[in-house]
Amino acid sequence: MLNTSPVLEFKSSTFFAPILILFNNDMAAIEEALQDKISLAPEFFKDSPLIVDLRELNKQSQDLDFTQIVQILRRVGFFPIGIRGGNEQQNKQARALSIPLDTVREQNSSINIGETQKQETTPQPSVQPEVPIAQESTNPIPAPPAPAAATLVTQPIRSGQRIYASGDLIILSQVSAGAEIMAEGNIHVYNTLRGRALAGVHGNTAARIFCFDLQAELISIAGDYKTSEDLNKQTYANPVQIYLQNHALIIKEIA
Amino acid sequence: MARIIVVTSGKGGVGKTTTSAAIAMGLAKAGHKTAVIDFDVGLRNLDLILGCERRVVYDFINVINGEASLNQALIRDKNCNLLYILPASQTRDKDALTQEGVGKVLDELSKEFQYIVCDSPAGIEKGANLALYFADDAFVVTNPEISSVRDSDRMLGILSSKSRRAERNEEPIKEYLLLTRYDADRVKLGEMLSLEDVQEILSLHLLGIIPESKSVLSASNAGIPVILDEKSEAGQAYADVVARYLGEERPHRFIDGKQGFFRRLFGGRK
Repeated sequence: MLNTSPVLEFKSSTFFAPILILFNNDMAAIEEALQDKISLAPEFFKDSPLIVDLRELNKQSQDLDFTQIVQILRRVGFFPIGIRGGNEQQNKQARALSIPLDTVREQNSSINIGETQKQETTPQPSVQPEVPIAQESTNPIPAPPAPAAATLVTQPIRSGQRIYASGDLIILSQVSAGAEIMAEGNIHVYNTLRGRALAGVHGNTAARIFCFDLQAELISIAGDYKTSEDLNKQTYANPVQIYLQNHALIIKEIA
Repeated sequence: MARIIVVTSGKGGVGKTTTSAAIAMGLAKAGHKTAVIDFDVGLRNLDLILGCERRVVYDFINVINGEASLNQALIRDKNCNLLYILPASQTRDKDALTQEGVGKVLDELSKEFQYIVCDSPAGIEKGANLALYFADDAFVVTNPEISSVRDSDRMLGILSSKSRRAERNEEPIKEYLLLTRYDADRVKLGEMLSLEDVQEILSLHLLGIIPESKSVLSASNAGIPVILDEKSEAGQAYADVVARYLGEERPHRFIDGKQGFFRRLFGGRK
C-alpha cells in the first residue's frame, strides 16, 4: 500500500544540560572529584548528558587531552555531548569523537569573564570569601529575555511528579520527597519542600529559591547544587531563601 | 451511573484486596448493588478472599476479548445477593488488559450497578494504571511505614495526572486515605509511624484506620470478608469506613489502641 504520510520532520527544541567547567588538568584529581560528586547523588548524574567547558583551562594555558577526559566521563557514567572553549587540538579530538563543538551559545559570557580573576586565585568555588552584595549588581548582566509569566501550582506535588516552569514557579502546597520542580526563574514554595528544587536551570545565576519549610532532597541554582546531606541543620525545616554567590549556594533564614 | 472506586497503594501487601473485598461487601450490605473487579491479572486473589474461587468459570479477560458475556463471568456472592465479583484471569498477564476493553466493561456494569470497586494490582504499570484510569474515587491503602507512604504519595501523583478525569480536565478523583495494619502500641513505642506522621506527607481525607488484627488473616483464609466478622476490630473499622464513605459521621476509633479505650472508660483523658 502506498503511504503518503511524511517519514520525518525537523523541529526546533530547547534542552538543558549540565556544564562541567575544569579548572585543573590533573586527570586523576578530576576523576576523583567526579566520583565524589556522583556518590552524593548517583541517580541524579546517571546517564546525564554533559558539556565540557575548557575555557578556564585554556586561559591558564593548561593543556588537556580531550579524548582522555571523554574516556573518564564515560567511565563514571556521563554522556559528553559537547565541548566549549576548546583549543584547536581539543576541537579536533572532539570532532573525531563525533562530539559537537560550542553546542551552547553563551548567554552571560561577560559575567564569566569578569569573574575569571577571582577564580584564578581561588579555584574552589565553595571556599570563596563572601563578596559584598553590591558587587553583584556591578556585574554587567545582559538584559534578560522578556520574562515568561509565573506558573502557579495549588495542588500538592507528589513523589515522581515533575513540574517545569519557563519563568518563575510559585507553589502553594507541599512538594513531596521524590518530586522534582524546575524553573528557569525563581522558585517559591509556600509550604514544605521535601523534593528537589532546581531554579535558574538555563543558567540564570540570579535565580533564587524561597521556601517556607526546607526539607529538600536537593536544591540547585543554575547548576550549582547541594543535597540534603550538605544542608545545614540550623536551616532545616525553617523558612529560607537560597541564592548563588560566587558559585556557592547561600541558604539564609528568612526571619 | 455507577460510582467507580479504585483501591490502590503502589506498594504490595498493604491490604488492597482485603480492603476491596471488605468495602464491596459493606456497600452491598448497605443495600447498594455493587460489583468488585480484580485487576490483578495473572495473580488472581480476590476470589479467594471472597470465597468464590470454586465458582470461577469465565474471567475479566474473557469478557474484554468477547469470549464471554458479563453475565456469564459475574459471580454472585453467597453472603450477599447484591454483591458480584468479576475475577481476574490467572493464566494471562496484564498486557491482556486494554483501555478500550476495560472502558467497555465498566460502561456496561455502570448501567446495572451503583458501585464498582476496582481492586488494583501493586506497582505503577499497566494493570494499576487501568484500574485507576476510569475511577471517580480512590481509596489509597497505606501502612504506617515509610516505604508504603512514599509509594502512596507516588500513586496520588498518578491519580491526579493519568486518570480519565485528569485527561478530560474534569473534577479530579476524590482521594481518601485508609491506614491499614495500624498498631497503636507500636506507634506509642515509636516503632511505627503515627497517623500524624503519615498525614504530614499525604494530607488526605482520612476514611478510617484499620487496626492490625489476627481476624484479617483468618477471615482471608476462610474466604469470608473481614467486614462480616462484626466482633473483630478490623471488621468494625471497615464498617466505619463504608459508613463514612456513604456520608455518615462516625468518630475515628483505634487510633489509641485498647488502652486508650479503657483510659476513656475510667475517665482518664489525655
